[in-house]
Amino acid sequence: MLSKFLLLIGITLMYSTPLVFGALGGVISERSGVVNIGIEGMMTMGAFTAAAVSYYTGNPWIGLLAAGGAGVAIALLHAIASVTFKADQNVSGIAINLIGPGFALFFCRLLFKNATTTPPVQTLPKLFGNNAFNGTPVENLNVDITVILGLIVTAIMWFYLYKTKWGLRIRSVGEHPAAADTLGINVSRTRFLCVLASGMLAGFGGASMTLAIISQFNPTAISGQGFIALAAVIFGKWTPFGAYGACLLFGLAQALTVVLGGSDSGINVPSQILAMLPYVLTIIVLILFVGRSVAPKEDGIPYEKGVR
Amino acid sequence: MEVSKEYAVQMHGITKLFGTFRALDNVNLDVKKGSIHAILGENGAGKSTLMNVLYGLYQADAGEIYLNGEKVVIKNPNVAIEHGIGMVHQHFMLVDNFTVTQNIILGTEVTSRFGVLDMKKAREEILNIVKKYGLEVDPDAKIEDISVGMQQRVEILKALYRGAEILILDEPTAVLTPQEIEELISIMHSLIEDGKTIIIITHKLKEIKASSDVCTIIRRGQYIDTVPVADVDEEELATKMVGHAVKLVVDKTPAKPGDVVFEIDHLTVKDDRGLEAVKDLSLKVRKGEIVGIAGVDGNGQKELVEAITCLTRSESGTIKINGTEIQNTTPRNVIEHKVSTIHEDRQRRGLVLPFTVAENMVIEKYRTPEFKRHGMQNREKAQEYTKKLIQDYDIRPAGCENQPVRGLSGGNQQKVIIAREVSNDPDLLIAVQPTRGLDVGAIEYVHKTLVRERDAGKAILLISLELDEVMNVSDTIDVIYDGTIVAEYKQGEVDENTIGLLMAGGKQNENAVQNT
Amino acid sequence: MKMLSKILKKQITSTIIALLFGFLVAAIVLAIAGYNPGQAFGALFKGMLSKPKYISNVIIKATPIILTGLSVAFAFKTGLFNIGAEGQYVAGSIAAVLVGVKLNLPAVIQVPLVVLAGVLGGMVFGSVVGFLKAKFGIHEVITSIMLNWISLYLSNFIVSSQAYHLPNSTSTYPVNESSYTMILPKWKTSDAGMAALKPNKWLYEMMLKTDVNVGIVIAILMAVVIWVLLYRSNKGYELRAVGFNRDAAEFAGINVNRNIVQAMLIAGALSGLAGALSITGIAPHKISTLAAFENYGFNGLSVAMIAGSSPIGCVFAGLLFGGLLYGGQSVQQEVGAPTEIINIMIGTIVFFVALTKVVPALAERLEKRGVGHAQ
Repeated sequence: MLSKFLLLIGITLMYSTPLVFGALGGVISERSGVVNIGIEGMMTMGAFTAAAVSYYTGNPWIGLLAAGGAGVAIALLHAIASVTFKADQNVSGIAINLIGPGFALFFCRLLFKNATTTPPVQTLPKLFGNNAFNGTPVENLNVDITVILGLIVTAIMWFYLYKTKWGLRIRSVGEHPAAADTLGINVSRTRFLCVLASGMLAGFGGASMTLAIISQFNPTAISGQGFIALAAVIFGKWTPFGAYGACLLFGLAQALTVVLGGSDSGINVPSQILAMLPYVLTIIVLILFVGRSVAPKEDGIPYEKGVR
Repeated sequence: MEVSKEYAVQMHGITKLFGTFRALDNVNLDVKKGSIHAILGENGAGKSTLMNVLYGLYQADAGEIYLNGEKVVIKNPNVAIEHGIGMVHQHFMLVDNFTVTQNIILGTEVTSRFGVLDMKKAREEILNIVKKYGLEVDPDAKIEDISVGMQQRVEILKALYRGAEILILDEPTAVLTPQEIEELISIMHSLIEDGKTIIIITHKLKEIKASSDVCTIIRRGQYIDTVPVADVDEEELATKMVGHAVKLVVDKTPAKPGDVVFEIDHLTVKDDRGLEAVKDLSLKVRKGEIVGIAGVDGNGQKELVEAITCLTRSESGTIKINGTEIQNTTPRNVIEHKVSTIHEDRQRRGLVLPFTVAENMVIEKYRTPEFKRHGMQNREKAQEYTKKLIQDYDIRPAGCENQPVRGLSGGNQQKVIIAREVSNDPDLLIAVQPTRGLDVGAIEYVHKTLVRERDAGKAILLISLELDEVMNVSDTIDVIYDGTIVAEYKQGEVDENTIGLLMAGGKQNENAVQNT
Repeated sequence: MKMLSKILKKQITSTIIALLFGFLVAAIVLAIAGYNPGQAFGALFKGMLSKPKYISNVIIKATPIILTGLSVAFAFKTGLFNIGAEGQYVAGSIAAVLVGVKLNLPAVIQVPLVVLAGVLGGMVFGSVVGFLKAKFGIHEVITSIMLNWISLYLSNFIVSSQAYHLPNSTSTYPVNESSYTMILPKWKTSDAGMAALKPNKWLYEMMLKTDVNVGIVIAILMAVVIWVLLYRSNKGYELRAVGFNRDAAEFAGINVNRNIVQAMLIAGALSGLAGALSITGIAPHKISTLAAFENYGFNGLSVAMIAGSSPIGCVFAGLLFGGLLYGGQSVQQEVGAPTEIINIMIGTIVFFVALTKVVPALAERLEKRGVGHAQ
């Protein structure tokens, strides 16, 4: 029983981590007033880059950093479109979701003899070393290092947004850009940088899939996590810890399907119905608790100087 | 005028183009140090544009700016702030869900190390300024929870916190009660005593007389004149502002009220936060009568209108039109019972901006047999109908029926709404802030239309934050305070001071004592 | 100058500019990767247009995404972002299979019933989104994303359920033949049919080598219907009013919540129709276990964006998109370049569609500056 419980926790943390990075990316971007539905595409880029770089260098940490870089590179497109050109952010995001996976698979085939999967790659270490506590129930709590990184980044972002001057500025730009502008805050630059940060975090999210959970890239490595992350942003009311909590909930629901879905569980529910649970649960929770959502006021609206 | 150290601000030959439109054409402004200098002009005359140039939000296409005799180039608000210029915008530039302190320090934050905010120190610094100028305000309150008057103080504090020596106030009195205006003027004077210079943008003549030393008049982007305020009277200022003689009073004959058409009885309405915004409110409007409701923003006017138009639920009480109860039905039912409303928020509630003028004109009528055919729109009919209204109401440009209403000027957009609502042939016409943001000519037109409809036997309910408007146009004046009607007078029975005190929550008898 | 700004203001100009950029970027990527872009594009167009069979397949591929594109475009015009077209499409195909496998009636009754079932399936998924938004104010994007996943697992559930699972496969039983919407499926393979078609090489190849079906006709018809609904009917007037300005619509006595639900219902119906027509019109006429989304709905998003949300535009954007997707396969076969170049290309087109929205604004500025100088 205990081991099953610990297993549940372990799997919850494992599945939630890529979502956490993706959702944090969403939080930072949307707090500055730019909707980013391209998280999915950015995560896919990150996932592939991480795997490929880790494969060639043999060092997953370099892979992780490269994934962040790849996320920034593709986020640059979104930033140019939605901030510099004040284009429709949804359209730009959709484009990112096509371009990201397109590039990832294109280069995957190019680099790995026309295969859409990479060979298995060196993964990031576990929290207490790769073989600690093996064979004991506690083994399940020896989670991937990315789990801890996710929590740390969440805390840092919370501190940054609410306790530092830059955070205050980012939030003001998302709520009332004209006010920020009159106080000499560069609205476009702030938004631009936040979108790039969003890309970096999404890239990390993708990496934490391929460098920790499945240890290779394949076409379904990122299949919808970016969208779930987006949902977690809204669910978590655009706050770092809110989003983190929402991601944990998704992770838990997924973990439940794994733990309960096992043949020995004695619970006779079709696995597909179990798999549906997280999504049904989210809708129910939204109905019960969230109600009218409270997006940053100018979220998704390009800022035009002198237009009030 | 030559450049001199005596002047805090000198702007010479300022020209600003928006596309082909000359918003400012060779405008001059010289503001003496330590004075209160008014800039007078109609809406759209270019007052705000001029100040935005001074504050670095816009770049002039030609002209020079001198501060204390030194030539400066103000590229952006940061430069303006560095030069000690502070600006309080007409639409407050405050982040609603930030606290007072957060709003004040934004952009020039007090930090300890590594950019970490030092809120304690910031709070102390703010309280010091608060004390110095008597600007009472709670530094920890959220903007969305404080009154408009308080929000304005926060804006002034924002400028002072940045060390402003020159303070620009853009239409600062638009939303204040007469008492709050007095307080503002006394704050302005205490700032002058401290050596600051104040530029105030306004189109309200009375306040210029009450507050300013010198007044510069701008008309359609052109510099007209600069006069010492003490030497001119209000009529002269108005003539200079508009370019021709204007009547400041609305022309009308005494009302001949008929039967009661509209009656609100003990109405209670809650606001979005669940607090009672309208409390046990009762009022009556008769045929052929204009009832005006005077009050400060946020005393239940918004909720009252929403309750009448069934956009929100009434908790208790009744609203009757021609004897039929309409509370807690639907907006459609209200319209069908011949209630028409000119809403204060043209762009949010009044119009669908991307729709054409014709499409906007039929938005309450498209579902009537006259404008539909087997579930399809009768577009020819709508256009014909709109063409006629465009002509009758002189909506410009002529022949705009198929243009998006977005392209029309504010005054013409308002005419579209007025044409639409009046042509509904309502039994009750509700006009909420019908002249907001309009220039003098358009205001006159709106007031005339209201009086004309009254004379045609309509019942009219006017709700306005402009006390002058309520006093001038209404036959019966009701004062709303804290969600209820606190007093009712016939036009001419009461003066502005009395109403002003009531609007601010003063008691009727205390008032009487003060007035004697 | 005037001419130029007039041309720039036309939406089609922006779209063409975006298309050119799409090809340009794809060419650059191909060249960097060491392929000959000319050759690759040659293969692409050859794979799209060089044979009657290809053209037919492009149209078949385009049909569902025209419909999902319409679904997204329609919702967009009513102020809603229908990212749930994917789930509504899957729901439509599930419902079509549920009915089509169990019922076996004469085709005149069977076909409408199966298609209607699909439409209903899409409607249910769409209207849930609308209802949750209207009643609880939950953002349509979040519910749509959830429902996409629910539909995927629901589909897998049906595939694995005893009543529908085809033994020793990863799919359901196909729907009964009476549900098919191909054009003359029996006749064309009969001796008489073959003989009749033989003289016409074009028809022969199209009819016998591809699943020619009535879907495209329905898709075009729906584009016209949606255009009329939006721009000529009273309902469309309401829907657009709510879409542009919910507050003003409410104030004018329009029931905003009802219109939101109806808008999502119609959007869902269109995507559901797409799913149903895929089942009835294209082999294998059944649903299989899904590991990931098939992207019919997500491609609809791109189609709608390229079309600028114009219903008629969706037909052309859908055909283009279908062509690129289908022709893209030849790029890999003939030039060896990864087919994903097509995704990059489409993504780039959509990206530049977003950017070129500023072209008309630029034209306006150009115009004003011109006049300014003249003065």
